[in-house]
Amino acid sequence: MSELDRPTRAEVTAGPEGATSEAPVARTGMFGVTGSGDTSGFGGLIRPIPVEGATARPYDEKNEAIYTALERAFPQLGSAIENVVIAHGEMTLHVRRESLLEVAQVLRDAPELRFELLSSVSGVDYLGIDPTGRRLHSVVHLLSMTHRRRLRVEVAVTVEDPHMPSLVSIYPTADWHERETWDFFGIIYDGHHGLTRIMMPDDWEGHPQRKDYPLGGVPIEYKGAEVPPPDQRRSYA
Amino acid sequence: MSMPTSVDDAFSQYAGVTETTEGRVYTVTGGDWDEVLGGRTDESPEERIVVNMGPQHPSTHGVLRLVLELEGETVTESRVVIGYLHTGIEKNIEFRSWVQGVTFVTRMDYLSPFYNETAYCLGVEKLLGVTDDIPTRATHIRVLLMELQRISSHLVWLATGGMEIGALSAMLYGFREREVVLDLFEMITGLRMNHAFIRPGGVAQDLPTGAVEKIREFLEYMPKKLAEYDKLLTGQPLWQNRLQGVGYLDAAGALALGVTGPMLRAAGLPWDLRKTEPYCGYETYDFEVPTSLDGDCWGRYLVRMEEMRESLKIIEQVLDRLEPGPVMVADKKIAWPAQLALGPDGMGNSLEHIRKIMGTSMESLIHHFKLVTEGFRVPAGQVYSAIESPRGELGYHMVSDGGTRPFRVHVRDPSFVNLQSVPAITEGALIADVIAAVASVDPVMGGVDR
Repeated sequence: MSELDRPTRAEVTAGPEGATSEAPVARTGMFGVTGSGDTSGFGGLIRPIPVEGATARPYDEKNEAIYTALERAFPQLGSAIENVVIAHGEMTLHVRRESLLEVAQVLRDAPELRFELLSSVSGVDYLGIDPTGRRLHSVVHLLSMTHRRRLRVEVAVTVEDPHMPSLVSIYPTADWHERETWDFFGIIYDGHHGLTRIMMPDDWEGHPQRKDYPLGGVPIEYKGAEVPPPDQRRSYA
Repeated sequence: MSMPTSVDDAFSQYAGVTETTEGRVYTVTGGDWDEVLGGRTDESPEERIVVNMGPQHPSTHGVLRLVLELEGETVTESRVVIGYLHTGIEKNIEFRSWVQGVTFVTRMDYLSPFYNETAYCLGVEKLLGVTDDIPTRATHIRVLLMELQRISSHLVWLATGGMEIGALSAMLYGFREREVVLDLFEMITGLRMNHAFIRPGGVAQDLPTGAVEKIREFLEYMPKKLAEYDKLLTGQPLWQNRLQGVGYLDAAGALALGVTGPMLRAAGLPWDLRKTEPYCGYETYDFEVPTSLDGDCWGRYLVRMEEMRESLKIIEQVLDRLEPGPVMVADKKIAWPAQLALGPDGMGNSLEHIRKIMGTSMESLIHHFKLVTEGFRVPAGQVYSAIESPRGELGYHMVSDGGTRPFRVHVRDPSFVNLQSVPAITEGALIADVIAAVASVDPVMGGVDR
C-alpha cells in the first residue's frame, strides 16, 4: 500500500486494545499490496510502530549532566520542551518551536553547556507516525567540543503551518542545512536571510523527500505497461 | 583589406596613443569597440564584473559553480551554487534494504567511500544494538581500509589542488601514488572505488592472501614518496607564495560556519573525532593530531601532509594487531549466509556456498533468500553516528520505523558544510587565489550534492 493512506492501528483493528489502540502501524499485510483477494491470512498481519515515549528521570550520568545544566541556565525549561527521549545513549530534546531560539541561545552560550558547533540539520517526515499529527520534524544535532557531548534538538510542525524559527542568527552554519531542509521537506525557517532551493532546480515544485511526494514509475514499451513507482511496488517493508 | 599607407595608419586599427603627463598611454580601439562603448569612452566605465565560474570548470572540483563579483582582480563577493550533482541518494535509500543502503552511501563522497560505509554501518549497528558484537578483525580491517583511504583521498587533494595552481608535477605524483592505494583496494575488495565492502555487522569478506604483505610493501614505499613531495613542494618559494596567507579562516570563524576536519585543525583546534569521540577502537592506537596555527591554505597543506604520515603509523599498528578470526557478526539474522568470494568479474557468491544451498540444504536456501530479498528488521529509533573522514565530521542521522528499510537517512557531509566557508575565505582576495582557496577546502561534489 502507498504511504499516503497509512491507517492507524485503531482504524485497522477497531478493537479492544484500549490504550495501545492509537499506536500507528508501519504496515499491514505481507507484501505491501491490498485488495488482491489474498486469502493466505498474511493480509491480516499488523506491525505497529513503537513510538518512543518520554524517558523518565533520572537519566544516565552523561545526559543528566546536560539536562541539569540546561535547567540551571534556563529556568523556564519545563514550558519550553515537550519531552525528552533518551535512546542508544543519545538525548533528544523535543522543543516547542516558540522556544527554540531561546533554548538554542542558552545551549550555545551557557558555560556549562557550550554547544559551539551545530553539526547538522535534517528533516524527517513522520507521516502517519507522529501521534500529534505534526509530521514534519526538523532535527538539529549539536556538539559541545568543550564538554565532548552531543545533543539532539527536535522541533515538530504540521504541513499546514510549516513555520519554525531559523537558527542562522545563532549558528551561521545552519544556513545551507536549513535551505536543504526547506528544499526537501518544505519546512519554512522564519528569519532565514535567503531560503531558496539548494539541491533541486529553482523552479522545482514540491518537496521531494516528503513521504507523500508522488514518485514516478518507469514506462515499458510493451502494451503500455509501467513499472510502478517504488512506493507502490510489491515489497516486504 | 587595404595596405596601410603610413606607420600611423598601421597602428590606428589596433590602439590609440595619447600623450599624457604619465607618459605614453595606449587605449584599446578597433573592431566594434566604439559601438560597444556607445561613445561613452570619456566616462569611467563600471569597474565591477560578475564572473560565472563553473559548473563545468576544470578547477572547481567537479560541478561546483561560483559566482564572483570582481572589482579589477579583487573578489568583492562570491557565492557558491551547488546541486548539479544531486542524485537523490537519501531518498533512494528509503526504498532499499538496510544492507543495500551501503551500495548507495559508498557513492556519495567518491574519494572516501570506506568512510561513508563505516559511518553508515556504525549507525545501523547502533540501532541494532550489536555494536559490541562486531568481531575485532572486522573492526581492524575497517580501520586499515579507512586509513589507507585517508592517504588516497589526501593524495587526490594534493594532485588536484596542485594542478589548479599550476604545479602539474604534484598532479602526476599524487595520482601515481593514489593508484598504488587503489590497487590495494582492488586486491582486497575487488573494486577501486564504490566498494560496498563494509557491511552492517562487519565486512563482506576476509582479506585475501598476500594483502598484508602488499600493504607492508606500501608502508615501505609511501614514506619515500612523502619525502619526495616535501622536497618538491614544501620548500619551494612558488608553492609557498601561492598558499601562504591565502584563504584565511580562524578557529572561531570555522566553528561558526561548522567547518571541521583539516580546515579546523589548520586553524589551531586539535579536534579529531578519532581522538575526541573514539570509535572502531581508535583510542588504542598511537598517533598524533597534526595542527597548524596558520589558518590558511599553507596550514591546510601542512596538516594534510602530516596526516598522511600519521595514517601510515596507524596502518602499521593495525597490521601488527591483525589476528585470524571472523569478519562478520555471529548473529545469522544479520550476517549474510553466503561467504562472498572474489571472482574474475568482481565480488559475488562463492560457488561452494551456492552448491550447498542449491544442492543440500533447503533450509539454508530459504534463509538465504529471505535475508537477501527481505533483509533484516532494525528496531525503531534514531541515531547519529559521526566519524572523522578526510574532510571532517561525516555524520549519519538514521531513523528506523522498525522495518526492513531505512525510514530516513540524512548525511551530514563535511564537504557540504565546509563549502559554506568559501565566501569567507575568498571575498577580498585576488581571483587567482580563489582557485587555491577552494582547492584547500577539498570539496567532493558527490558528497556535497548527494
